[in-house]
Amino acid sequence: MEKELKLIKSIKEIPIREDFAPGHRLCTGCGIPQLVRMVLKAIPGPKVVVNATGCLEVATTIFPYTSWKVPWVHNAFENAAATASGIEAAFRILEKKRGIKRPKIIVFGGDGGTFDIGLQALSGALERGHDLIYICYDNEAYMNTGIQRSSATPKGAATTTSPAGRVIPGKLERKKDLIGIAVAHGVKYAATMNPAYPIDMYNKIVKAASIEGPTVLHYFTPCPTGWRADPSKSIEIARLAVLTRIWPLYEYEDGKYKINVLVKKPRPVEEYFKLQGRFRHLLDPKNKWLLEEIKRDIEENWRRLLRLAGIEE
Amino acid sequence: MTEGRGKPVGLSGDLAVAYAVKQADVDVIAAYPITPQTIIVEKLAEYVNDGELNAAFVPVESEHSALSAVVGASLAGARVFTATASQGLALMYEILWIASGLRTTVVMALANRALSPNINIHCSHDDAYAARDAGWIQFFAENVQEAYDLTLLAFRVSEDKKVLFPSIINLDGFILSHSLERLLVLDDKEVKEFLPPKEPVNPIDPDNPKTYGPLDLYDYYIEHKRQQAEHFKASYPRILELMREFSEFAGREYKPIKTYGLEDAEVAIMILGSSAGTARYVARKLRAKGEKVGVISLTLYRPFPVNELLEAVKGLKALAVMDRSYSFGSPGAQLFMDVTAALINAKEKPLMFNVIYGLGGRDLMPDHIVQVFEMAKQVAKEGEVKEAQVWVGVRE
Repeated sequence: MEKELKLIKSIKEIPIREDFAPGHRLCTGCGIPQLVRMVLKAIPGPKVVVNATGCLEVATTIFPYTSWKVPWVHNAFENAAATASGIEAAFRILEKKRGIKRPKIIVFGGDGGTFDIGLQALSGALERGHDLIYICYDNEAYMNTGIQRSSATPKGAATTTSPAGRVIPGKLERKKDLIGIAVAHGVKYAATMNPAYPIDMYNKIVKAASIEGPTVLHYFTPCPTGWRADPSKSIEIARLAVLTRIWPLYEYEDGKYKINVLVKKPRPVEEYFKLQGRFRHLLDPKNKWLLEEIKRDIEENWRRLLRLAGIEE
Repeated sequence: MTEGRGKPVGLSGDLAVAYAVKQADVDVIAAYPITPQTIIVEKLAEYVNDGELNAAFVPVESEHSALSAVVGASLAGARVFTATASQGLALMYEILWIASGLRTTVVMALANRALSPNINIHCSHDDAYAARDAGWIQFFAENVQEAYDLTLLAFRVSEDKKVLFPSIINLDGFILSHSLERLLVLDDKEVKEFLPPKEPVNPIDPDNPKTYGPLDLYDYYIEHKRQQAEHFKASYPRILELMREFSEFAGREYKPIKTYGLEDAEVAIMILGSSAGTARYVARKLRAKGEKVGVISLTLYRPFPVNELLEAVKGLKALAVMDRSYSFGSPGAQLFMDVTAALINAKEKPLMFNVIYGLGGRDLMPDHIVQVFEMAKQVAKEGEVKEAQVWVGVRE
């Protein structure tokens, strides 16, 4: 990261220009539009967006309308990274052969399209080293099809395919570690992002875009519809996810981990859970065992990150 | 059919396809290994790494990603190529439709191979037929010369502004893909003359942003499908023109449909791929003995040459339609259903029956062809079809 980056310290420095038109059909309180607007602002110059099937795709391109003022490509669900690989390879060779300017390639996939069905294509693209920014907007379930569990759904969450039943109280498995997977592929930059921390988010996008080669950004996006939460509390929920250590903000850069919001005194996870219907059953005394297990997982993960970041406890 | 322009060389079908792709100066190749196609992409990787071909070779992690990547690359304005067979085509299935609907110019070689189970690496036409409804132009090569010529032609056809649909070149797995044959290859300059660089239509361009592949619901989807259908139909006369142009250019004749002996034939066999040569060889021998037999084969399978077929079958009393595949529960296998549907309203049409042969690479011997001609003669004589579907070359 030798070149000078236009990092910001205040939201006033975020460019006003919008390449994402209003009138899209994303839900009230959804965190995806903030991400898209920020990405298109933080990456100036020619760019191409590739979108996996999912909420963002269906809500922004209902024919004959489009929200996109940049070239936008949707191929299918599991192949956004492969499609982007082809576009990147094409522009690279066309630049050499015909002098066509190479745009920045930005990929958006949901958690289903990234953690599950698209993981193979993503792995291939990262391994081959294509110059692209892969951004996963993670609302922690298949929200576009109506709240089914994915491998990004957190432990304990109720979805329509992991309901909080009388015997099994929601999803019992832990969330996959996307950043760990990205780092294992040898990417130079990977980071988590959260809409309650817009400056941090903007700067991470700028950093990712400055790197030649694949980078991975993992964005936490509240989903009031799927989480059964008050849309006006989306940012509060997002902030609590960080302050409870449930969703740490960190980045991997030049071989080092850095925790961006070092939460010294975590807020009780119950504060986060009680704002969302998907977790409400965890507050029932009979599910205390699961709540305790989740708390242990959170602490274990936090300690893992501290170790990776070289911070003494 | 090694006549016309070009210098004689000896190549296998796979190597001939790879050579044509190199001469086409393709920009992006994305591929995943699968027998019997692998030699094509191995050779292309070698051309790229030796600096003989200035292209990006994207060694993807699956056939699904291979087709996805060339779809993206084609939209970006590149000339693109991939190759597959059998299971690989099946894995690509979802993207076949998208490649056509997004009007990409993907050219794909399909070294025809049987679908599992049981796993088999030899020839059936299951894969070609699986792609038949997806909006791809499909050519069938009968020999290595055709595999080479049709690859060059496919780029020209797919990228033509009056066409803009992806193409498949079918070559029988092992029988053509791995057989060394003598063929004539054009020189690079001649190829450039016939196939200038791609002029992309509506490519991805940040200065002129477009939305590719939007959500399309009941208020527009059917109109878009109708448009695609009309464009696909309308591409047919242009494909014929380009086949004629190539024929004149290369001095080797290409037409959608090939007929032999039909000027006076009473019975005929209709067949695809390399077996057409075997059928013609047998027909020639029988005709020398005075038998009125003929052979019909297709060089262009999609769009299906309906009118040419109507013309070809005039005067025939019986037609044996031979399929190197099987369609479970259907009234007949795939080519048979095409042919019977194409002829259904014809005033004059032969009695037709379906012959299943050669699955999983089982050799189709001249004796089998003799046997099929005998069945056809029997049908013609009796004036009725007693068995609508028969199998040859199978142990019962």
